[in-house]
Amino acid sequence: MNRIVYLLVKNGYLSGTNYLQFCETIGEILFTRTLNQKYHMKKSELPDPFEKARLDKGYGNLNDQNDPVTMLLRHKDVRKSAHNYKTFQSGAQPGRIVVPSEVNIRDARQIPFEVDPPLHGEYRAIIEPWFKRPLLPEYQEKLTAQISTLVDGILNKDSLEVVNEFALPLQSRALTLLLNTPFSEAETWISWGTHVFRSEGEALDGDKANILYNYIDEQIDRALKNPGDDMYSLLLSSEFQGKKLTREEVKGVMVLTFAGGRDTVINAVTNSISYLAEHPEALERFRQEPEIIGKAVEEFIRYFSPLTQMGRVVTEDTEVCEHAIKADSRISLCWASANRDTTVFENPNEIVLDRKINPHVGFGFSHHNCLGATHARQILKILLKTLAEKVGSIEIKDCKENIEHLDEFERKVGFNSIHVKFKSLT
Amino acid sequence: MVKITFITSDNETITLEGKSGSVMALAVDNGIKGIDGDCGGVCSCATCHVHVAPEDMSKTGSASQIEADMLELDDNVNEFSRLCCQLEISDSLDGIVLKVAN
Repeated sequence: MNRIVYLLVKNGYLSGTNYLQFCETIGEILFTRTLNQKYHMKKSELPDPFEKARLDKGYGNLNDQNDPVTMLLRHKDVRKSAHNYKTFQSGAQPGRIVVPSEVNIRDARQIPFEVDPPLHGEYRAIIEPWFKRPLLPEYQEKLTAQISTLVDGILNKDSLEVVNEFALPLQSRALTLLLNTPFSEAETWISWGTHVFRSEGEALDGDKANILYNYIDEQIDRALKNPGDDMYSLLLSSEFQGKKLTREEVKGVMVLTFAGGRDTVINAVTNSISYLAEHPEALERFRQEPEIIGKAVEEFIRYFSPLTQMGRVVTEDTEVCEHAIKADSRISLCWASANRDTTVFENPNEIVLDRKINPHVGFGFSHHNCLGATHARQILKILLKTLAEKVGSIEIKDCKENIEHLDEFERKVGFNSIHVKFKSLT
Repeated sequence: MVKITFITSDNETITLEGKSGSVMALAVDNGIKGIDGDCGGVCSCATCHVHVAPEDMSKTGSASQIEADMLELDDNVNEFSRLCCQLEISDSLDGIVLKVAN
């Protein structure tokens, strides 16, 4: 390996940033290969990197931009701390409860996400009915039509890159239903790429965030001039404690709606496809027993845990797992670890499609549980149903894993790219 | 048919009849206010919380450990709390009264 790099550098093929990128790529390939060899892994498997630390001490340490995080790894600790909003607050400096921290790239408070009870509940009550609309039959019909068209368009194509050519358009188009905006808006959102705050190879990107902020500003101006029946107009006409929501508050809700449901939904959709590729019997089972699809969705959310963790800021000196935590430091609620806790889940590293008792925390837990969960559940339910109806098998051609580097842990969250062929059922 | 009565938080009393499936599904299908059943009945969302009438506790039994852990952190929990996704409709539940907790 060193010899290859030496020769490449000597002959002028590698220099400066090229060299760093090269090493990173090679490192990733070697790491993935080691993992695969060690566990004879299938491509769709997401190993649990937290097991040992969860058993041994119950927490992990992560140094995020010099604002360290104590990661809580056990199901019970995660649930209790999520519930205890007084000691573990969300209403800290905007961006600080996100890991990696976004304090350097935004000042706008996301609402109701970065507000604590009781104000949190008042904000949430304004938008909760809007976010339950995915339960309505006409919403589900429109979503079914969207997903059906998308799947019809990719059947039997020789090679399709799932992340950018399937999951991203699916997520963006579905979001037009949640926002009740024109279908054509999805094209703009697709052009932003998979993450609204990050660029390829760069953890955080302030310029990219500005594209989203400017877009939302324009949309708010439009809705102020011409109120309609979209989400911007609803928010602009809503009241909080007897006063109209301010522009900043409306923006805070909209940024949350765009950011929270983007890479999470994309990861969940992509991981579902890779699982079905390696488990064609699951597609057959969904055809035979469509009634288990709801349970399968919950199990996918548990196993994939599309969001690894969410942070809180500690308001007073306290203790978790006999470990002292100082006021004004950060903890995180590691959903991905809690979802593999053997004290709660039998065979946690297996996907059991019809798992009957499944108290997962994939959508978070307690006050701040995922506002978009109703929408996300419908996307996955309809996706599984549609694939079962139309697809006979899926073949993985090649893939690049998406690995999160969390200091002492390396977690595979899905794929940066995965090429597949969908073969039609008949 | 098994008769199950729900009392909602605004004191409406509704009696439903069911044959099989979970009590949560029966409530959701009939739009009982306060029973959302977001997770479809796998004990992960706690949006189907009811208080069983004290005299009916012997019919429903008490919560399993995992269910109790879910309930422990829910608002309005008391000794009669159950998640009704974990109650399977059968003759033994005939006539029970459930107060919707949220």
